[in-house]
Amino acid sequence: MTQQGVRWIADQVLALAPDAASRKAGSKLGAAGPWSEAGSSDEGTVWGLCKGSGSKPYRTVVDIADAAGPAYKCSCPSRKFPCKHALGLLLLWAGGDGTVPRGQAPDWAQQWIEGRRQRAQQKRTAGGSASGASADPQAARRRAEQRAERITAGATELEQRLTDLLRGGLAAAEQAEYGLWEETAARMVDAQAPGLAARVRELGAIPSSGPGWPVRLLEECALLHLLDQGWLRRERLPDGTAATVRSRVGLPGSPDGPPVRDHWLVLAQYDTSDGRLTTRRIWLYGATSQRTALLLSYGAAGRAPELALPVGLTFAAELSAYPGAGQLRAALGERFTAPAPAPVRPPGVSADQAAARYGEALRDDPWLDSFPVTLGRVIPTPAEDAWQLADADGDTALPLTPSAIARPGLWRLVALSGGAPVTVFGECGHRGFTPLTAWPRGTGEAVALC
Amino acid sequence: MLTTHPSNLDSDLEGTDMRATAAAPDTPAAVPWEEVVTVALLGTDRRTPPWLPPGREAPRALLDLAAVKTVRRRAGLRPAPAKPRPEPAAADPRPPLPPAAARRLAMLLSNRPGTAGGGRRGTAPDLMELLPQWLALANERGFAAPPEALPALLDAARGRTDLRPAALAFAGPRALWLARLNADWRFALRSAPGGGSEPPPDETDRIRQLWQEGLFAERVALLGALRARRPAAARALLTTTWATERAEDRLMFLDSLRTRLGSADEPFLEQALSDRSRNVRATAAELLSALPDSALAGRMAERAVACVAVDRTRGEPTIVVEAPHQCDAGMERDGVVPKPPAGRGERSWWLGQLAEAAPLGSWAARLGGRTPEEIVALPVADDWRGELHAAWCRAAVRQRDTGWSRALLGPPSAPDAGGPGAVSLAERAKLLSTLGAEERADWVAGFIAAHGLSEAFQLLGVCATPWAAPLGRAVVDALNIARDAGSYPWSFSGVMGLAERCLDPVEATRLDALTGIPDETEDTSPGAGSYWAEAFQRLTTTLRLRAAMQEELGAVPPDPRPV
Repeated sequence: MTQQGVRWIADQVLALAPDAASRKAGSKLGAAGPWSEAGSSDEGTVWGLCKGSGSKPYRTVVDIADAAGPAYKCSCPSRKFPCKHALGLLLLWAGGDGTVPRGQAPDWAQQWIEGRRQRAQQKRTAGGSASGASADPQAARRRAEQRAERITAGATELEQRLTDLLRGGLAAAEQAEYGLWEETAARMVDAQAPGLAARVRELGAIPSSGPGWPVRLLEECALLHLLDQGWLRRERLPDGTAATVRSRVGLPGSPDGPPVRDHWLVLAQYDTSDGRLTTRRIWLYGATSQRTALLLSYGAAGRAPELALPVGLTFAAELSAYPGAGQLRAALGERFTAPAPAPVRPPGVSADQAAARYGEALRDDPWLDSFPVTLGRVIPTPAEDAWQLADADGDTALPLTPSAIARPGLWRLVALSGGAPVTVFGECGHRGFTPLTAWPRGTGEAVALC
Repeated sequence: MLTTHPSNLDSDLEGTDMRATAAAPDTPAAVPWEEVVTVALLGTDRRTPPWLPPGREAPRALLDLAAVKTVRRRAGLRPAPAKPRPEPAAADPRPPLPPAAARRLAMLLSNRPGTAGGGRRGTAPDLMELLPQWLALANERGFAAPPEALPALLDAARGRTDLRPAALAFAGPRALWLARLNADWRFALRSAPGGGSEPPPDETDRIRQLWQEGLFAERVALLGALRARRPAAARALLTTTWATERAEDRLMFLDSLRTRLGSADEPFLEQALSDRSRNVRATAAELLSALPDSALAGRMAERAVACVAVDRTRGEPTIVVEAPHQCDAGMERDGVVPKPPAGRGERSWWLGQLAEAAPLGSWAARLGGRTPEEIVALPVADDWRGELHAAWCRAAVRQRDTGWSRALLGPPSAPDAGGPGAVSLAERAKLLSTLGAEERADWVAGFIAAHGLSEAFQLLGVCATPWAAPLGRAVVDALNIARDAGSYPWSFSGVMGLAERCLDPVEATRLDALTGIPDETEDTSPGAGSYWAEAFQRLTTTLRLRAAMQEELGAVPPDPRPV
């Protein structure tokens, strides 16, 4: 890693916060007041003493040099991770006003860092040998076959459930209990097909989702049916499509694509949560390869996903793609530079082209709800109770999704535009367009909208 | 929503096996989507159309068909026709904020009240409280607001009316443009009369048209802006429709005449004294009494002066008061409210109103050519002192009379200045506001030096910020004394909060010595020392933050723009 000597910016620090309360508490501690004996080392360690309500100050130390993400240690009793002290310390350090000078780490910090690095070293050597030891190809294949059989049984059962539904009519589904779908979803979890389970769970919510629900229910049932059929006939599908089906069903893939080294612009970063798991999506754009890639990272309840990248900055790194036709997901490999400002903007397309892009992407992955595009010159325009992004140079417009209209980011976008064309990156799909990041006319910085 | 492509695209799945699963029935592509949905709603048991195979195969074939149609519909989606684009916002000619200042603004705005965990504040600064100051600095330096920060800024101003003038001035023309699109921010369109954020159109015709056809908020804003620039034109505009306005609207419009009130307004106001609405009459009378040369002021002076005299027959000259015995129709027309609030005698109630509305200049002649100081020093017979002095205070504030204000305030170190004297703290604060900034700060500094901080909060509130050096030192010294006296800091949390916002940041170095934890002695409250250390730490942290804020915004431009 070459993060040494490069300071982060505050956004990057705040993205590490596990929740809004920590973010707020951390920002308050990002001032010199409560801190003493703070310092940082060239190896990428930051430490300091934070005065709390007790008589002894808390000892906080953060190791940011690890490629796997920063590591934290604090003597406070908080179970948040990272705690507000670690966030405050990083903010103070990011502020760069001289309160965290370069220096020699005190013993208590040094001990932890050395212990940590040693363990990491051991794990690396152990990990190398362990993967060799566990590679019993026979056993692995047997396990995979067993799982495939379970999924096949699950998919068959689900097909039965769907045909029953169509035989009796969707109208009956309105009265059907939500619990019925939950039960089917649980059966799919048992069948080790989490992708099917998630789709089934969503089906249960559609009948209560307002006008037009029969169309949406039929669409989703049909696509689920398509996925079932895809799985049951996966041997006869082209390799890419088969891989897409496998990943949609919920089989884990591994990023086995060749590493692509590029300067990656961070297009957007946003979190979604289902209560148990926080999913963070980070969209990247390669300045040379012109590829758009998606990084996913997860955080269990109470923890933020570890990967955090500041929107609008560019860093050099290697990315490896996950398998599957039309899949944009990639894994972040080695990073060569810290994120830094660079005059990179993704090339924009028109509203017509954006809709066509989504249509073309469905060719490879018919289950795709949306596709990432950058609109070159659009004007946010009110349309009755909704909003649309109207092409500045044409007479067509992409409507915004209802959820995007409800978010505060809409008004940041409208304010940024002021009735003039802006460049907008977002996800274009059958529900409409979800704006994620915008750039003003001229050379202004990226503005995150999510 | 997106619209479906009219022409039938060839399926994107062509060539794969999945296509084959759907192609079984006769002419699936020809079946309209709506019909597919209808059959799905009813169920294939109830209705099996000819394009589906009969019996057990029907639901599966229906799903196949729906899958193809769904993907086809999605792949064929096209953009909607564009609605008329909004009129672009007016350009903001001001230079953009330096990047560090823009980040600071985002930080201040993200720290909204209500999101706080509550409880003790610890040593961290209260960022929202620094926003007014930041806005004032940014406005002074003439920067434009970053557009993406406008929604948060408008939300903040929506919740805090005191922020609105500065926030809207900083937000500039684009905020008004936004406010027209979002009902939550409508306040921006009617706020800040004369704030200069949207100068009224100069063409008389357009003014007249807006005045006659505009919404109430637009009309108030128009009148306010016009009044700030051309008082007579604003009054003339108001006269054109005065008779037809509703009473509540008349009251609001009349209120806008407070700006640049002058003797030219007298005929109009005099006429408003006979208005149908009592509130309009009262406001007209109040405005007229602020014009010492007005006929109303003369009438009030005549009435008030008749009630007060100097009695030389006593040992020392003494003011004697004979309050009015009745409230006649003339007094009522001049704005005197005949019925006193519960618990007050009607004669003293009338006297108070007369003395309050009479020009202060009329007292010297009546009371033997004395100066305000001498008049205030005169004893008053029969417990009338409180009533009379309170009325003079109100008059001094209304007429912005510095001589009388000074006399009524008295010297800051006077013993009764700290106690419950004739003039209350609230009245003192108002009197102080008529004095110049430096005199105000000196008076309050003297007051704190003599009486400590316990009564000083209201007075500090009217001092100009940042506090002048003598005032800042007086506050810090008094806090230091309070700490040494062993009380808890939250007894002074109000003053501490003010000090965080108002103390000159250069004082931070002087405060460093106070951030340590003092030794506990017998007469200090347990643990007080560390709480004081915490409070002083927060104070210095906040001062440093303010210094950083100032630095990020840069020096005041050498050629300050006219306000």
